[in-house]
Amino acid sequence: MTTESLPASAALTREAPGLGGFNVTVLKLEVRRLLRNRRTVIFSVVAPSVLFLAFGLNKAYASQSPGRGSHGNVSAFIMISMALYGAVLATTSGGAMVSIERAAGWSRQLRLTPLSPVAYITIKILTAMILGAASVIVVYAVGRATGKPIIMPGYLWIVTALCVWVGSLVFAAFGLFMGYLLPTENVMQILGFGLMLLSFAGGLFIPLSQFPHILQDLAEFTPLYGLNQLVHAPLLGVGVQMAWVANAVAWLLVFAAGAVWRFRKDTARV
Amino acid sequence: MTVTNMADERGRRPTGSGQPAAIALRGVRKHFGAVQAVRDIDLDVAPGEIVAFLGPNGAGKTSTIDIILGLSQPTAGTVSVYGMHPRQAIARGLVSAVMQTGGLLKDLTVRETAEYTASLFTRATPVDEALKRAGISTIADRRVGKCSGGEQQRLRFAMALLSDPELLILDEPTTGMDVEGRRGFWGAIRQDAARGRTVLFATHYLEEADAYADRIILLRHGQIVADGTSGEVKAMAAGRTVRATLPDPDQVRLSAIPGADSVEVRGETVLIHCSDSDAVARYLLTSTPARDLEINTRGLEDAFIALTSDDSDTPAGGSR
Repeated sequence: MTTESLPASAALTREAPGLGGFNVTVLKLEVRRLLRNRRTVIFSVVAPSVLFLAFGLNKAYASQSPGRGSHGNVSAFIMISMALYGAVLATTSGGAMVSIERAAGWSRQLRLTPLSPVAYITIKILTAMILGAASVIVVYAVGRATGKPIIMPGYLWIVTALCVWVGSLVFAAFGLFMGYLLPTENVMQILGFGLMLLSFAGGLFIPLSQFPHILQDLAEFTPLYGLNQLVHAPLLGVGVQMAWVANAVAWLLVFAAGAVWRFRKDTARV
Repeated sequence: MTVTNMADERGRRPTGSGQPAAIALRGVRKHFGAVQAVRDIDLDVAPGEIVAFLGPNGAGKTSTIDIILGLSQPTAGTVSVYGMHPRQAIARGLVSAVMQTGGLLKDLTVRETAEYTASLFTRATPVDEALKRAGISTIADRRVGKCSGGEQQRLRFAMALLSDPELLILDEPTTGMDVEGRRGFWGAIRQDAARGRTVLFATHYLEEADAYADRIILLRHGQIVADGTSGEVKAMAAGRTVRATLPDPDQVRLSAIPGADSVEVRGETVLIHCSDSDAVARYLLTSTPARDLEINTRGLEDAFIALTSDDSDTPAGGSR
């Protein structure tokens, strides 16, 4: 058989891009944008390092152990806490960028391009995780630069940093959920305060044992509790408790489900 | 709703040249709760046409455009763009749009915004060329947040050019621009359209529709009330008026002329409002002793007001 000889405009045979339009240029520009936002960089990268320098280097901590059987000292413990705090702020900020983009009509503009919603979300998560990594790396680098005060075997620097980074994925999902839920340009001011509370409740700033009993019980159900326990477990040399994993996974599912729910609503409406 | 993929049936443009219509809408309706923003629109736009959607605020222009762009789903009816679902046409870079407001990130520069957009298409015009054609090469490194409204609009236009689309849709693109900005913007569009791109633009500026469109579609309360060249639309609204001097005019006989809508007799002067002035004039000159014949058309402004005002004959009601 002969193919139709109609000069059906060559343009109509164009192809849609692979991977729903996902590409490295966009990822690069997104990271650049995030780094351009001074508030985000100060809060999620600079502040945790400063907090660590202020509270983690107490002379007494250098010789104190954070628990029996621990592989390092209290300074190391606090460095991990601060890295988690920073990573969580970073990934939340990254995810919550969707709020600003929706308010600016950018999400709608992107719907006039081949970029698929799933590719968009993937870019947001990757961007959030890149900033999260930057935050962890800076806190650890500052820790390293202080020299002596931190006692922790070399492999644990890597293991705990990875645990913190991977764990912060829970908060990339949280940021996305909030970004879709709160249609405000000031979303990070609200979230910054919320994360502070969650950090206290998760035991990142003050050991939970210093809280009244009833608060300790409640704290075990907050989103940073499980993560905080998990990222310190390698340093403390304690076994991983199922309750911690369950806490982290449950919150990841809650946030991811919330984000998917709001995201679906959003794409149906826009 | 069903979205048609059947290019062979509905999507074909009526001339049957083998290329599907740029836009084909069939029985499209859009309700927002009790509000009917679009009521039963049928529309074919052939490749290469420059079409204006003209209508007052709330006539359903933006709602219809959103449906064509796949930004919203029609409550009923089918839509196809080059014989495809709007989403598919967009994914292939066949359609792009310049929206009224928003859609830009303040923290990117002009060039970065264009690079971002260009990277999403399989085949894109070089960024610098698009910026040049939109007349914003000189501000490429400026942050979008620091650009004026007109510059931002030109950036939206540059972004729309990046995929070298077959169909360009502009939703009230010059809203808020000063006269000079508007002229510059349309100059760029007109230059671009000369390359054979199909263009559909919404406006409530009559001069824009009259000056830049081959075809004007008048919308009112979510319906098409007129569709044609600007001359045809003017005639459709007001019709034309044929004025002649005729001794002993017979009003009944004159009213019976095909194409005559109403007849006024003032002594020996007759005024015939008609939709087909050619037929009326021919009749008067060949079958009656009429002389001093004059044919007048009302301006587009009058046509616009006549067709879109609330007391014209189409049912009034919810509009967006």
